[in-house]
Amino acid sequence: MEKEQDKILTEITENDYKYGFFTDVETEFIPVGLSEETVRLISKKKDEPEFMLEFRLKAFEKWKTMKMPEWAHLKIPEINYQDIIYYAAPKKKKQLNSLDEVDPELRATFDKLGIPLDEQKHLSGVAVDAVMDSVSVKTTFQDSLAEKGIIFCSFSEAVKEHPDLVKKYLASVVPIGDNFFAALNSAVFSDGSFVYIPKGVRCPMELSTYFRINAANTGQFERTLIVADEGAYVSYLEGCTAPMRDENQLHAAIVEIIVEKDAEVKYSTVQNWYPGDKNGKGGIYNFVTKRGICRGDNSKISWTQVETGSAITWKYPSCILKGNNSIGEFYSVAVTNNYQQADTGTKMIHLGRNTKSTIVSKGISAGKSQNSYRGLVKVMKKAENSRNFSQCDSLLLGDKCGAHTFPYIHVDNKSSIVEHEATTSKIGEDQIFYCNQRGISTEDAIGLIVNGYAKEVINQLPMEFAVEAQKLLQISLEGSVG
Amino acid sequence: MLHIKNLKASIDGKQILKGLNLDVKPGEVHAIMGPNGSGKSTLAAVLAGRDIFEVTEGEVTYMGKNLLELSAEERAKEGIFLGFQYPIEIPGVSMVNFMKTAVNEKLKYKGEKPLSAAEFLKLMREKKALVEIDSNLTNRSVNEGFSGGEKKKNEIFQMAMLEPKLAVLDETDSGLDIDALRIVANGVNKLKTPENATIVITHYQRLLDYIVPDVVHVLYQGRIVKTAGKELALELEEKGYDWIKKELEE
Ligand SMILES: Nc1ncnc2c1ncn2[C@@H]1O[C@H](COP(=O)(O)OP(=O)(O)O)[C@@H](O)[C@H]1O
Ligand SMILES: [Mg+2]
Repeated sequence: MEKEQDKILTEITENDYKYGFFTDVETEFIPVGLSEETVRLISKKKDEPEFMLEFRLKAFEKWKTMKMPEWAHLKIPEINYQDIIYYAAPKKKKQLNSLDEVDPELRATFDKLGIPLDEQKHLSGVAVDAVMDSVSVKTTFQDSLAEKGIIFCSFSEAVKEHPDLVKKYLASVVPIGDNFFAALNSAVFSDGSFVYIPKGVRCPMELSTYFRINAANTGQFERTLIVADEGAYVSYLEGCTAPMRDENQLHAAIVEIIVEKDAEVKYSTVQNWYPGDKNGKGGIYNFVTKRGICRGDNSKISWTQVETGSAITWKYPSCILKGNNSIGEFYSVAVTNNYQQADTGTKMIHLGRNTKSTIVSKGISAGKSQNSYRGLVKVMKKAENSRNFSQCDSLLLGDKCGAHTFPYIHVDNKSSIVEHEATTSKIGEDQIFYCNQRGISTEDAIGLIVNGYAKEVINQLPMEFAVEAQKLLQISLEGSVG
Repeated sequence: MLHIKNLKASIDGKQILKGLNLDVKPGEVHAIMGPNGSGKSTLAAVLAGRDIFEVTEGEVTYMGKNLLELSAEERAKEGIFLGFQYPIEIPGVSMVNFMKTAVNEKLKYKGEKPLSAAEFLKLMREKKALVEIDSNLTNRSVNEGFSGGEKKKNEIFQMAMLEPKLAVLDETDSGLDIDALRIVANGVNKLKTPENATIVITHYQRLLDYIVPDVVHVLYQGRIVKTAGKELALELEEKGYDWIKKELEE
């Protein structure tokens, strides 16, 4: 029986990564490597106001004094930061008539990714900011959103058009020296999305950013800043893919969310960066800092992530619950297959009274991968009557992978309650056979079991994306159990 | 419909089935009895295509096809159903979703259109009534937290949904109280047609009060050692298996 399982498990088929294509579009690069010159050049290319350059230079100085974090349960090969190109932009074709027009080649690329940039063709009720390498290609539905006072634009545009908002909120949740990758991002970030929902406005459509890495030897460093003013609501979705390459590529992003009194932000991610091949060659290094603050009373942040991609993931979407009665949620499914490594989780920092947080983490490990949950729940002295509930489950496919759970809990008052539950289970050969005996193929059986296991998290996603996410889970695990 | 000739099967190099012969015709009900460890469950698993067992010799023909060449899922879709002695729990997968996938996969295999949600729910309602299964069992995850009796009833419910040509029920009666036993037996009887066949593996004669077999076999040490009419079950109930063992030694 052991032997049979082994045999089946070693028959791991090629991962079917259908986004692995490359678009041959003329691209402008800056010279490889990182120095103060690089930082100045990026700022100049983007034609930025002085305050941004200062921000970048300060971050760069800070970064030079910092070291890569080593506490995660990850084996990260040494990264030579001088070997990376920090800015790559698809070249604008001169003959385009209006600013709104998109190079047909880029349009085709996003079409192929299932992200049509044509407003007519798009999924109803979703506005998209499409980012390729270092620049935003197009943001849809900007005008209709503006009618409600909603700002949804590329970060570059925000810096120019809404400098006061950017100045006020940029780095207010993730300070430039927060960690090594945050400092790096602050110095060299090139684009991303900016969202502002004014007081009392409920955003009528899903907003989303689609990140695409295309050029070789480049890193992608983008920033997202979302502000929900008093009583506002927005649901935001992030997606990402990259071509298949033998070299690793670095993606170090920052997401900051600010939620004022009575406001709510729901942030969903379907992370599908190229994970590398079945032998562990290539793939994206995904080192991301995501943090939100519930500044006002009765505010809420909800993070949902479906992580299937990347060779290495280092990411802890967090909530600072400052307002009284504020709520933080983290729902996560992280899949690792072949040689992928993930160290992901959340931090819930309870500062206000009656604050509540919920953590639901579902790890799925297959192949020879390593999958870790790392979570911090910190309840400060003044956060009386606060509650946290954490559920961390691991599902193993096969016996060459690893699942690890690192919960950290600090509670500084007596009236708060923190609960933590953890389980580990395996997809058994007997479960698969039971399905087979009912006429269900092994692939479908794994799909059923994995989606059943992840249901609580998938259900948090907006409908259109839940279906995609379900398929993605199944594809990511293709061939991992027989 | 099923011809088994000199079937030998082993697991981890240990031979369990040692030259088994069996013939089943459409419309027949066969009972297989025998002491613990004789190989009854192994026979059921081998017929269903569980690949932890290795078939080392013999032939199995089912509906004119070489059964041993088909995968477990193909056999299921060709109409073989195994009622498990120990049904497996699949947490997080709802019975509805599970059955819908199974039913539609089978339809697809036969080149027919999958059922719509409404059609499926209607079918499920009918079959639930037929096997008197508790309505909310189907809203739960497959077998998760089911009592022993509920698991067995659920096997019969699935059989009703899939309408197999050949059903192999492995000790579906064990652990059931008399009411549950009657329900399970009723279900099997109602599903009986002149075209399909049932192999009932059981320990006890009492099930055979409700499901009347055409033929009773005794499986002992990996072989069918005795075959007779339904009266054999009563004899076994009365005298145990020792007399058969003795007969064999002579
Ligand atoms: N998975 C298995 N691994 C090893 N031996 C097994 C396995 N399944 C059954 N056997 C052995 O095969 C023999 C027959 O078992 P089984 O077919 O379950 O008998 P029955 O159903 O008639 O009680 C027993 O000796 C049992 O120990
Ligand atoms: Mg048995």
